Amino acid sequence: MSSKENPRKISRRHAILLVGAAAAAAGMLPRVSLADKEATEAAVKAAGGDGASSGGITLDLPQIAENGNTVPVGVEVESPMTADNYVKTVHLFAEGNPNPQVCAMHFTPASGIAKASTRIRLAKTQNIVALAEMSDGSFRRETVEVKVTIGGCGG
Amino acid sequence: MQKNTFTGLMAGAAVAAVFSIAAVASGEPKSGYQFAEPETRAMQDDDFSNPAMLVADYGGDLWSTPDGEANKSCEDCHGDAAVSMKGVKTRYPTYYQPWGKMINLELRINECRKNNQKAKAWKYESKEMIGMASYVGYQSRGMSMAVDIGGKATPFFKKGKEFFYERRGQMDMACSHCHEDNAGNMIRANLLSEAQVNGFPTYRLKWSGVGTLHRRFKGCNDNIRAEPFKRGSDEYVNLELYLAWRGRGLTVETPSVRN
Amino acid sequence: MASAKPRVKVPKTAASGEIIEIKSLISHTMESGQRKDKEGKLIPRKIINKFVVTFNGKEFFSCDWAPAVAANPYMAFHMRATESGTMEFAWTDDDGTVYTDKKDLKVG
Repeated sequence: MSSKENPRKISRRHAILLVGAAAAAAGMLPRVSLADKEATEAAVKAAGGDGASSGGITLDLPQIAENGNTVPVGVEVESPMTADNYVKTVHLFAEGNPNPQVCAMHFTPASGIAKASTRIRLAKTQNIVALAEMSDGSFRRETVEVKVTIGGCGG
Repeated sequence: MQKNTFTGLMAGAAVAAVFSIAAVASGEPKSGYQFAEPETRAMQDDDFSNPAMLVADYGGDLWSTPDGEANKSCEDCHGDAAVSMKGVKTRYPTYYQPWGKMINLELRINECRKNNQKAKAWKYESKEMIGMASYVGYQSRGMSMAVDIGGKATPFFKKGKEFFYERRGQMDMACSHCHEDNAGNMIRANLLSEAQVNGFPTYRLKWSGVGTLHRRFKGCNDNIRAEPFKRGSDEYVNLELYLAWRGRGLTVETPSVRN
Repeated sequence: MASAKPRVKVPKTAASGEIIEIKSLISHTMESGQRKDKEGKLIPRKIINKFVVTFNGKEFFSCDWAPAVAANPYMAFHMRATESGTMEFAWTDDDGTVYTDKKDLKVG
């Protein structure tokens, strides 16, 4: 809808619409919102992990996922895994997914080591949070970022 | 522990540089395996972590299951697949006298079903066909691809080669533009491979499942906004022949894992 | 839906006290409940939500799975081998179906 006097000149109205559309498009770019982070922290709290300390967790994830629908993840929590000192549960949360819960791994002293791996779905670039519950009631946590891209020719 | 960012970027750049230098034109084909991320390769490396093996297992079950009016299983005629099917994948597509043209593995399986089992043809992309093609292909794992393009196969090989270099679709692109001229380069966030066929049927992460080569051809044609051909069409079988020849010497990886 | 037998990798033998790695793989679409069909309707969720592993009847590892677990779920984990016996695997589907597998282990 260009101005009547000069077909090449963009009308003021048209310019405002263009800028508005660009801003809306920018806002629609996938990003982890404050709401997503809050949902994850609420899930961590519900699992009892409020005030979890850091350290003692190795969270293995690719820096850039080959494909967001199948991302290999490995986790290991340091622990003697004896009857009175072992890792009970390791939760995985995906901050940028529609729901933060990914899985909850339940170990026992018979596991020998608190180490497991699986493959997960990630909707977009985001942080993965591992939360470990120890047999003495204490918690530890670790965070790693994974980049998820939109493919190349047709996704 | 997460891989170091800098190391990862440098390694990625080095890998891309090597691949873009040593293209197919130099005569050294590179399997899609070498273009995949380490995590994707790890998925393929162990038959107990490779999801495509579940599909090959299903094919193995079908191998011993009687079917058709003749109520015969593949095993009744072919015995142990590890013996009778060894090497089969390395020489397909092959010239098929009754049709006077090339035939690939999937189409050959249906010929056997029709003629010997008196059974209904499996749909090309059905789980039965994919399972059987994966199971049969698996028996040639580790063997070098060695398709024959001489004699009666030559005119079809020429057609397949023409297809590979022919522009098509809205984007007016040929297979070679991406997979020969730009193998090892990025297209947005994907790394372009050489389009080798040594790992098909393959578990594509994108499909979250196993699919045939012709499914991949269709996807590629769709991507450049070209009218795709039907699975099992002469065009795709001839192209498959050309690509199999182009990848001669690569080891069969069926069923592989790719992005 | 699991249309094929699961694949599990357990060593045939282990030394007493050795920590062994076990790998498991099962065919399942893990329908998340987020996808839409051609008419735009949500495809209902249908996943394996629980994976339990026992040895000689005693549970030593289990995992609760959410829709964020990838299709054809894979899980690798460990066990300290102390005695010979049978390892049993159970995958529970949302619809209540339980898929199983088992492997023997010789220790000593």
